[in-house]
Amino acid sequence: MRRMLDLFLTMLKIGLFTFGGGFAMIALLEGELIGKKGWITNEEFIDMVVIAESTPGPIAINAATYVGYRLGKLPGALLATLGICIPSFVIIYIISLFFNAFLAIAWVAAAFRGIQICVILLILSAGFKMLKKMRKTAFSITILVLTFLAMLVFGLFAVSFSSIFSFS
Amino acid sequence: MIYLTLFLTFLKIGAISFGGGYGMISIIRESVLSNGWMTEPELLNFIAVAESTPGPIAINMATFIGSSQGGIFGAFLATLGVVLPSFLVIWLIAAVAKNLLKLAGVQAALDGIRPCIVGMILATAATMLLTALLGLKTVNSAFAFDGKSALILALLCVVSFAFQKWKKRSISPILLILFSGVLGVILFR
Repeated sequence: MRRMLDLFLTMLKIGLFTFGGGFAMIALLEGELIGKKGWITNEEFIDMVVIAESTPGPIAINAATYVGYRLGKLPGALLATLGICIPSFVIIYIISLFFNAFLAIAWVAAAFRGIQICVILLILSAGFKMLKKMRKTAFSITILVLTFLAMLVFGLFAVSFSSIFSFS
Repeated sequence: MIYLTLFLTFLKIGAISFGGGYGMISIIRESVLSNGWMTEPELLNFIAVAESTPGPIAINMATFIGSSQGGIFGAFLATLGVVLPSFLVIWLIAAVAKNLLKLAGVQAALDGIRPCIVGMILATAATMLLTALLGLKTVNSAFAFDGKSALILALLCVVSFAFQKWKKRSISPILLILFSGVLGVILFR
């Protein structure tokens, strides 16, 4: 019971203090779960990271569910997942209530026009980082190039398509 | 029925996206634009917020889009939708199929999925870049080159490159976002 509460609070803490999504969270999880708490072994942690990265969905949720299950079966998995989601949910819900009013301030809107460019750069560099890590074979490069071209062409068409819909 | 649409859309996003928050952006962008929930600049604004607040980016985006479309109940359903597939798949793997990922077929499928995700992210970023710099909203719209945005992009590239050389690690996204905000105020005010 104490351990369940500890698990929940640890995940709550990780959810509250990690910025930048899954990969940043994995470093923190490593420190907490192996270093401080000694809940799982190093090998098991590496297994967990591979599983979290190879299954669909947010990496942080995958990792939390997996660790939770290893430590406390289904209730553990539920508590860990809930713990990691609650801080995000509460913070973002509060922000969503005020965000439009915040953007109505002229200098904030100007700042965000700069920030939009920065976000595109962040997405681009996330893509390049994954490209660096990817195993490069003739097969994987072909898939990458075909996906890229198809998405680019259809992406531009899709925007025109949806903007036609919004006018009609 | 907005609640059902939100839940199902994010269930789909949670079920088919690989590679974490940024891997989801292509699918989220497509869903959000085609449903008319946000415009592209609004989506970019919000990705900046999701990046600068704690927690998984995917949860942040689901909560925000859910809340903007359907209040707190919408936020709850969108978040539940994005988490549910992960939870069920991992539960299955942890409980019964610990060796599922070691199967040759699964590895082969992942070898096909990974380059596809990388291609999707790069294409999404390229599309966003074209839209932002050239005002290229549709295929047949006129070019309108945005010099200020291009200047910001160039400065951000220089700063992150210099930081990498100087500190031997990448600049934190939050620092870069703050810097770009200052540039935005200077150039667009």
